[in-house]
Amino acid sequence: MTTWPILSVTTFLPLVGALIVYVSRGDDEAAKGNSRWIALWTTLITFAVSLLLVWRFDPTVADFQFVEKTNWLAAGITYHMGVDGISLPFVILTTALMPFCIIASWKSIQTRVREYMMAFLILETLMVGTFSALDLVLFYLYFEGGLIPMFLIIGVWGGPRRVYASFKFFLYTLLGSVLMLLAIMALYWNGGTTDIPTLMHTAVPRSLQTWAWLAFFASFAVKMPMWPVHTWLPDAHVEAPTAGSVILAAILLKMGGYGFLRFSLPMFPLASHDFAPLIFTLSTIAIIYTSLVALMQEDMKKLIAYSSVAHMGFVTMGIFAGTMQGVAGGVFQMISHGIVSGALFLCVGIVYDRMHTREIAAYGGLVNRMPLYALTFMVFTMANVGLPGTSGFVGEFMTLLGTFKVSIPTAFAATFGVILSAGYALWLYRKVVFGTLVKPSLASIKDLTFRECLTLFPLIALTILFGVYPKPVLDMSAASVQQLVNNYNTAVSAVKAAALLQ
Amino acid sequence: MVQAIVFLPLLGAILAGLIAIFGAHARNPSGDTVEHHGHGHDDAHGHGDAHAAAHDDHAHDDHGHGPAEPAAAGSRLAELITTGLLFVSAALSWFTLVDVGFMHHDARIPLLPWILSGDLQVYWALRVDTLTAVMLVVVTTVSSLVHMYSIGYMDEDPYRPRFFGYLSLFTFAMLMLVTADNLVQLFFGWEGVGLASYLLIGFWYQKPSANAAAIKAFIVNRVGDFGFALGIFAIFALVGSTDFETIFHAAPSLTGKTINFLGWQADALTLTCLLLFMGAMGKSAQFLLHTWLPDAMEGPTPVSALIHAATMVTAGVFMVARLSPLFELAPNAQAVVMFFGATTAFFAATVGLVQNDIKRIVAYSTCSQLGYMFVAMGAGAYSVGMFHLFTHAFFKALLFLGSGSVIYAMHHEQDIRNMGGLWKKIPYTYAVMVVGTLALTGFPLTAGYFSKDAIIESAYASHNPLAFYGFLMTVIAACLTSFYSWRLIFKTFHGEPHDEHHYEAAHESPIWMLIPIGVLAVGSIVAGFPFKELFAGHGIEEFFRESVKMNPHIIEEMHHISPAIAFLPTVMMVVGFLISYLFYIRRPYLPVELATTQPGLYQFLLNKWYFDELYEVIFVRPAKWIGYQLWKKGDGFIIDGFGPDGVSARVLDVTRNVVKIQTGYLYHYAFAMLIGVAGLITWFMFGFGGQ
Repeated sequence: MTTWPILSVTTFLPLVGALIVYVSRGDDEAAKGNSRWIALWTTLITFAVSLLLVWRFDPTVADFQFVEKTNWLAAGITYHMGVDGISLPFVILTTALMPFCIIASWKSIQTRVREYMMAFLILETLMVGTFSALDLVLFYLYFEGGLIPMFLIIGVWGGPRRVYASFKFFLYTLLGSVLMLLAIMALYWNGGTTDIPTLMHTAVPRSLQTWAWLAFFASFAVKMPMWPVHTWLPDAHVEAPTAGSVILAAILLKMGGYGFLRFSLPMFPLASHDFAPLIFTLSTIAIIYTSLVALMQEDMKKLIAYSSVAHMGFVTMGIFAGTMQGVAGGVFQMISHGIVSGALFLCVGIVYDRMHTREIAAYGGLVNRMPLYALTFMVFTMANVGLPGTSGFVGEFMTLLGTFKVSIPTAFAATFGVILSAGYALWLYRKVVFGTLVKPSLASIKDLTFRECLTLFPLIALTILFGVYPKPVLDMSAASVQQLVNNYNTAVSAVKAAALLQ
Repeated sequence: MVQAIVFLPLLGAILAGLIAIFGAHARNPSGDTVEHHGHGHDDAHGHGDAHAAAHDDHAHDDHGHGPAEPAAAGSRLAELITTGLLFVSAALSWFTLVDVGFMHHDARIPLLPWILSGDLQVYWALRVDTLTAVMLVVVTTVSSLVHMYSIGYMDEDPYRPRFFGYLSLFTFAMLMLVTADNLVQLFFGWEGVGLASYLLIGFWYQKPSANAAAIKAFIVNRVGDFGFALGIFAIFALVGSTDFETIFHAAPSLTGKTINFLGWQADALTLTCLLLFMGAMGKSAQFLLHTWLPDAMEGPTPVSALIHAATMVTAGVFMVARLSPLFELAPNAQAVVMFFGATTAFFAATVGLVQNDIKRIVAYSTCSQLGYMFVAMGAGAYSVGMFHLFTHAFFKALLFLGSGSVIYAMHHEQDIRNMGGLWKKIPYTYAVMVVGTLALTGFPLTAGYFSKDAIIESAYASHNPLAFYGFLMTVIAACLTSFYSWRLIFKTFHGEPHDEHHYEAAHESPIWMLIPIGVLAVGSIVAGFPFKELFAGHGIEEFFRESVKMNPHIIEEMHHISPAIAFLPTVMMVVGFLISYLFYIRRPYLPVELATTQPGLYQFLLNKWYFDELYEVIFVRPAKWIGYQLWKKGDGFIIDGFGPDGVSARVLDVTRNVVKIQTGYLYHYAFAMLIGVAGLITWFMFGFGGQ
């Protein structure tokens, strides 16, 4: 189909950009400007190339496309890349959000600009790689590699408690990943290969399924994050610079959900089925628990971080419901949350850049001087609440609908999140934006600049577009999700039938 | 044509919104730097504070008059665009009503695919049948009149483009709700009107009370939507579709099915109907979920007339009527509907007796009248409930807009204790308010007379297990309604003026406001009789056809009840009037005496049965407390304490102790080695020697 390795180009273009930034030495204003522009152009070109993927992607085919395969390490470990309907949306989400991150960091990052831009560009390569790797070892490299730039971004450019937060983030995630590495080895000994498409069609013995599932779960649950291993997220968000928070919320969290979809469900369907009640329980606890916690937060970023955990609860619940709507809704919810929570962190970043505080009590009445900001923040607040007509609704609705068929108590409990999310999101909006502007420190605050509008308005457009017309995303993933769900159900019902025969 | 009806208001909303946002942006500069005071270049700053302070003075004021702030550029343009488009939409709606109701040109117009995934197929589509056409007429007519009224009422507000944008946005959402062809689109409209209501209640965002009321409205509605959403999921699980046609087609086959709902083997249809009805209770402010409606009066008065009287709050009634094929098959659910309707009708009327804020009296009256509509729904007389919805839209919008005219005349005084004798000053407003009151209380031949009496008759005639309860409550409420309505009139317009200053300055409202209330006054008189046959007589079959599924016997039985019963509501209305006349005109000291001799009852009613306090104690505070505990104890102490922080602390402890072992003395190491060797030998000897 293609004569050039379009997927690898997408993956490694940012790395090339990082090299160019590295080569262009200097520490004066001009050099800072250069590295910003290089980073911006790199991300834009990467995004343009990734759009070619969308253009050439055939949504009716459930299997992997744009496949590239060459020998790499030992036998069975290959450099194997490709995307299907489940991973492509995440690739596009990554490449689409990166330019916004660069623009959002334009003024707020003034120290070590060159290194900062390099970290982001390398991170982009690793994230795109994670979503398009089709070999377990390759996947593991990308997945773990992503930790390092993020660790540096939080640890170097973060807030006052950045060291604590970055270590917490790093160690938490690493601990889960070590178990995943063991499971990868086990799978290699079982199947003789680390090729993901092959493994998907390799039957895994039931006992190994259970252990491997748990090991993968340890890694993805931390990444997601699921309750009770979510406490690194609020700390990491609070300390990370704005663009770091955006990437963390929008893309890094999605790796957990993507992992469940790519590995747990197709490779270990029986274990997934067995553990579904566990996931349901943890998901509903996450939704209700973190929503209640979010109600009481005093820090804007923490509140949004907790709401992210709640929204990810809908994703895990939908994925393990194993129904078409549940899984497709989970994918959609992740994309939507990527846009909405990313935008919410950008919104927080805008006032943080002006006032250098994230404390909710330090604000109030911003609408009086920042009408554009108020409008923007309102749109994303409503999307966070899951108002129909915004993208937030579609994912939430589909996951709940898909879960209701499988487990009514889960859907029932999770729907409480709908009430609570309205509570914390509107409370935040009221405290920050509404009211009279009485605080003297805010008296000279000014509205969005052109640069800030540039980061937010496209996201508004996407939020509403996907709320009214989610078809592009749903269609892109439909065939792959359908195949995944069919395989899962076939495997589960085969075992049930066998159990009946005995 | 239907597309035009629905999307013209959206167009208006977008245009007005653009005018508002460009105007606002022009007044407020961009910039990502914050200057500090005293740096000499903050010339433009002062006025943000000045306005903020000015608005704050009006904390108890309905109308957020800022002193002399120039209106945003293009205000008049925004007003004319939105109002003009709404009038076009209203004209088309009346045409549609004739076309659909009498010519039988029902339509279903697909617009766009929405959520398509597996067997979930949801499309954006417009559905027009008689039920929808009636709602189209109600919504667009009241909305266009309210738009026009607002041009006068809001004339001193600097943020008019935003206000008109919100009004039109609301209208659009409401039209999407009534033209929905599936449950999900209904839910879209449902939450959309909730958003518009939130924005409009909180329109004067400088007022803390308005912000609180806005959030309360949204969240209480979300509680209802919680049930609504679960109802949709349940229907989808049962039928595999959210389209009305498919659901209604499959409904008969669902009777007798059960769902295991949290351990309770529930009848499938009853359960789904109850869940869906929970949504209706939230939106229509029924008993237990009513608390947001009185607080919603913080919004500008035209908003109260449009959203909280005529249209949005009736969405629940519309929903039950729309889903009548389901409710007809679930008699237990109908009993619940009847119970809540009747209870609300009575409860809200009792609270209305003692309120002193003119808008709150009308708000409780609305709540009570919505209860009436649900009684009809519970009786299976859906078209009768729709009839009351139709007539109520006219006279309740009239009462609200009339109250707005009084408030405007009194310079934003809302307490009826400070009014009195106003009829001389504002005779036109007085006249229309009396018309509205006559219609509300059911004075013979006014609109309310036909619809309200029909409801009471339907309650009496129905075979619902709670029919008698419904009948009794609505009859008592009829008396109470008459009492509080006339109390409002007497205290506001008759007697001695209580506030000379405001009384002297009182003046009739501008023509923009008088025309709409005049039109509504005419509607309050003539909206009854000509439609009686269509909604509550033998014309139902022909007019509504398939759009509602009536109880097959109810209309026949309503026509055969004894004249004494049929006459009872009128008697109650007269009794209520006479007591009110006695209390407030002949013997004005009586109510005061009554309140002092019965302080418990008086306080109970004045404090609205203490529902707000109760909810504060059992929901709001525990939620906050639990949230705080989960955060500090759950996340902070348990998870982090035993998780990462605890582990790192233990690791530090261990290393600290390990460091102590490394003393550097050779004999310590030698001793440890010796112990080790001894241990090893022992293990070998006993471990292998034992075998």
